[in-house]
Amino acid sequence: MQDRDRQRRKSGGFNRRDFLKGSGVAMAATAMATAGIEEQAVADVKPNVVPAKPVEVVLNVNGKDQKVTIEPRTSLLHCLRDDLNLTGAKDVEDGSAIGADTVLVDGKAVHSGSVLAVSCVGQKIETVESLRNGDHIDEVIAGFVKHDGLQCGYCTPGFVMATRAALNKKPDASVEELKHMLGGNICRCGTYQGILHCAIEIAKSGAVATKGSN
Amino acid sequence: MSDTATTRKVGWKPRGENTILGTRVPRIDGVEKASGAAKYAADINTPGTLYVRLLTSDRPHAKIKKLDVKKAEKVPGVKMVHIIKDVDSEVHWDGDMIAAVAAERIEQAMEGVKAIEIEYETLDTYVDDRDVAAAEKAKRAKSLGKRETKDFDAALTAAAHKHTGFYGIPVISHMCMEPHGSHCEWKDKENLLAHVSTQWTSGIPGQLASATGVDAANVTAICNYIGGGFGSKFSAGEWGLVCAVMAQKAGRPIRLVLDRATELKTPGTRPSAFAEITVGADEKGNVTCWESHHWGTSGPQGGTIDSGVVPYVFTKIKNYRRKRTGIATDTGPFQAWRAPDHPQAAALTLTAFDDLAAKMGMDSLEFFKKNLKLTLRPELYADELEIGAKIMDWKARWHPNGKGDVKNGTRQGLGLALHTWGGGANATAVALRVNPDGTVESTSATQDLGTGTRTCIAVILAETFGIPLSSVKVHIGSSKYPNAGGSGGSTTIGGVSGPVRRAGLEALWKILDLVAKRHKVDAGSLSAKNEKIYAGDKVVCSWQQACGLLGAAPLETQSRGRKNDGLTSQGVGGIQMADVSVDVETGVVRMNKMLCVQDCGTIIDRQTAESQVLGGLIMGISYSLSEERIIDKATGRYINADLENYKLPRIGDIGELIAEFYEPDEQYKKGVVGLGEPPVISTGAAISNAVANAIGVRVPVLPLTPKRVLEALKGAKA
Repeated sequence: MQDRDRQRRKSGGFNRRDFLKGSGVAMAATAMATAGIEEQAVADVKPNVVPAKPVEVVLNVNGKDQKVTIEPRTSLLHCLRDDLNLTGAKDVEDGSAIGADTVLVDGKAVHSGSVLAVSCVGQKIETVESLRNGDHIDEVIAGFVKHDGLQCGYCTPGFVMATRAALNKKPDASVEELKHMLGGNICRCGTYQGILHCAIEIAKSGAVATKGSN
Repeated sequence: MSDTATTRKVGWKPRGENTILGTRVPRIDGVEKASGAAKYAADINTPGTLYVRLLTSDRPHAKIKKLDVKKAEKVPGVKMVHIIKDVDSEVHWDGDMIAAVAAERIEQAMEGVKAIEIEYETLDTYVDDRDVAAAEKAKRAKSLGKRETKDFDAALTAAAHKHTGFYGIPVISHMCMEPHGSHCEWKDKENLLAHVSTQWTSGIPGQLASATGVDAANVTAICNYIGGGFGSKFSAGEWGLVCAVMAQKAGRPIRLVLDRATELKTPGTRPSAFAEITVGADEKGNVTCWESHHWGTSGPQGGTIDSGVVPYVFTKIKNYRRKRTGIATDTGPFQAWRAPDHPQAAALTLTAFDDLAAKMGMDSLEFFKKNLKLTLRPELYADELEIGAKIMDWKARWHPNGKGDVKNGTRQGLGLALHTWGGGANATAVALRVNPDGTVESTSATQDLGTGTRTCIAVILAETFGIPLSSVKVHIGSSKYPNAGGSGGSTTIGGVSGPVRRAGLEALWKILDLVAKRHKVDAGSLSAKNEKIYAGDKVVCSWQQACGLLGAAPLETQSRGRKNDGLTSQGVGGIQMADVSVDVETGVVRMNKMLCVQDCGTIIDRQTAESQVLGGLIMGISYSLSEERIIDKATGRYINADLENYKLPRIGDIGELIAEFYEPDEQYKKGVVGLGEPPVISTGAAISNAVANAIGVRVPVLPLTPKRVLEALKGAKA
């Protein structure tokens, strides 16, 4: 249900009602039944309907249009990992989101495991792989390595994307703001201090840049 | 040449002569990990791969009466249903594995699992590990031994000060971010390539081979990266064997990664420990006697923490009576959890010590210092406590328990605790190759859990040969490489350091001999640094020219295991101090500052060493304040087996962390000692003691959730 707003925006080639009809996600429909606009959709959904057939869609990933054939129930995370072999976004195998799967959709950090791939048609998807181009690596990746904001590394790409999004949104963010903006991600090894030091350092240079341009 | 033998002694360079060893070196695989290029077992996705979901038991103890997979087999995309436990088998915990469904897509596998029809006959169920009387009544308690000294009763009677209390620390899960799992692909009928998320790459082929009936020589296990293990990923696991067998039967690659709930329930938990403890001391606060009965559960087997670690650190108390009871519960089995048994033992023991100090009106720091003679390392702990007290400004800031100022409904407190660990090197073999172009390669089947194994190997090679990190290639994580020990118990960095340095020196000396011969200089006078070979302080040739003397073929050396050559050692102490604020209205505990003063012998890479300490502190904060397995007593189910309800700290919850290494010269000379376990051990006791110092009452059971803090405060008022 985390992606309710996203579905409502009808940003892509699929609207939510079509999706409900086709996919037969009975649980989702029941939970949304209180919303008046959904009444018709709910009426159309039969319990235990066989999932809709895979559909071919075009997703814009890291600046490239990519054709994929996926079921409407496929999450963006699974689509990126299993169809496009972009395994930087990590799967922690949990329906709830803790950020290892963070990617940017139209510039906003989202948990790709909580977003349906078909709902991202027409949007700009950026994965962690976009932050490294040959020898050029993004300052956030460099900062994570410099401050050792990683150990096992499994939560790291998601944390990198969350940090990138936070600093894009607020280049001169304060320590408290950074803690807040990075509070959606979890690390088990215990790398928070390095991550925070990395973010603070970049935000400080962001603050200098902002001041300079004024 | 006569000098050569004496100067050529295996060892680290004298302190001060290192150029890279002991400095802050960023991980050599850091960019690979942070940019998402690093491939974990859960990322392997070769063409044709089938994805697996498991049907697990939703009963804690039951017999399977019906298991019908026909409908599951007909779900579109489902290619195979593999039965792990058939009709008439028993399941022993919520999460016990029953069947595995492989499908073209993970969503289809999930649907397949839902289509399996299963019926159970519920059997007698017992899950309570805290109430030892109830466990005895239910016949689930088993005495695991008693020990006492003959003068215990007299000592207790003679004690001027006594304290009796109840303490506890519940079961927690490992919660690896990359769940347990593997990707198995049969290259042909006889040969298996398995990518496994494992702490022991060398140990995998034998297990997969015996499960699939092929020779171990035909199995290659790869673990280039592992997304967390913490002690739970040594064996291939039932899931790992199932993955290999299913891939063999299906004739297609299979990826089996546990779903999050199963990850929390099945592949490992840390045993709980609860205790009734009495500590006695003489008039001056010298502890004279100890009585404890501790119990807990490790799942169906019914163990708890070892008897040897209670009392913890203060092991030389002369008079004691100790009793231990294991409780068999219908809950998930245990696995080693970072510093097995020590965090629990610290949380039981050092809190009881602290309560006796409070009862006597003594400053905890003074009390612990006074009793250091009861530990194995009195001088070391005394030094570390002094360093810690200075950093925390203990003397100025400590106040008697509950007597500090109240600011905005918040009370501040300080607490401390001590810990110990072994950390000796494991048996790892390393093969080294110096190429004629001057590049150096090492191969070993060892793995990097996040400790920085690759980086530490590279640092040692760069230091030994006087070459930059860019000239070093480190190959790890394949079972086809020389056999390496499992990464557990803080044994890996020591395990690789000895053989890498030894093999490195052997290769260096051979090359220096060639240089000596060619340039007609004394080999004993030669050294390698700054990519050059020096005779004294005169440059003889470049490193590359020296390696060119090898001709076309590379030079190879190898070394294995731990030797008494001073490269590695074992046995550390360490102390922690916590500064917390407790909101007495809401019961919320906030971390202000957490310090670890740690000894660890020779440091290879200061940056990753520091990260081990910081990570230990954060995991410690986690089990101290928020994380625990919650089993519903009525149903026996693990009700918070997901990342939202199994509470881990976030980036804003940890306060300021300080990793302070204790490293006088004798520590450097000691050799390398592993560092993974020590910093996670005493955090629970230190934080619990800080909370008691803040609010003036002990919250007896970790984690110190708002509910438990408020209950303790309420009890104190009543």
